[in-house]
Amino acid sequence: MLAYVIPLCLAIMGLALMLTLARLIKGPDMPDRILALDTLYINAIALLVLFGIWLGSDLYFEAALLIAVMGFIGTVAVAKYLLRGDIIE
Amino acid sequence: MHSWIEALVALFLLLGSLFALVGAIGLYRLPDFFMRLHGPTKSTTLGVGGMVIASLIYFGSRGDGISLHELLITLFLFITAPVSAHMLAKAALQQKLRLSDKTRGRPWEQ
Repeated sequence: MLAYVIPLCLAIMGLALMLTLARLIKGPDMPDRILALDTLYINAIALLVLFGIWLGSDLYFEAALLIAVMGFIGTVAVAKYLLRGDIIE
Repeated sequence: MHSWIEALVALFLLLGSLFALVGAIGLYRLPDFFMRLHGPTKSTTLGVGGMVIASLIYFGSRGDGISLHELLITLFLFITAPVSAHMLAKAALQQKLRLSDKTRGRPWEQ
C-alpha cells in the first residue's frame, strides 16, 4: 500500500510547493514573499521526512532538523529587518 | 510489517500532505496578507506534524524501539511557527499593507 501512497503524497507535496512558489513570484509585498519562503522551508521538511520513509533510512531527520533551525533564524532575521531596518541593534 | 500498521502510516501520510496542500492553496488564493498568514502557519505546521507521526509509527514498527528525535522536529516547529507569524504580522502592520474590505480592524487608525 505504501508503494502507491508515497508517490501520491510526493505529487501532492509538489503541487503545494508549486502554489507556494507562485505566491513567492507573484506576492505583491515583501511580507508575502517572506511568508512564502517560510512555507517553502516547512514543506521541504515534510518532503524530507517523506523521503526518509520512502528510502527506509532515518538519516534524513538530522537534515530536516537543521533546515527547521536555519529556516526559523532566516525568517526572524528578515522580518526583523523589515520591522526595524536593522537586524542586530 | 502488519498491514494495519502500513494502513495507519498511509493514513497519516495522506492526512499530512493534504493539510500541507490546503495551507498552500490558502496561501495562493486568499485576498490579503493577514488572511494569507492563516494558511501556512496553522495548516502546513499540522501537515508536518502528520508526516512526523507517520514516520514515528513506521520506524517504531521496525523493531528497534521508538526513537523520539523525529518528535523534536514537530516540537521545534510548533514552538517557532507562532513566533515567526507574530513577527511577520508586526512587520506587515508597520508597513500598512493593503487590506481587503472584509478584514476588520485598522489598528493604525486608532
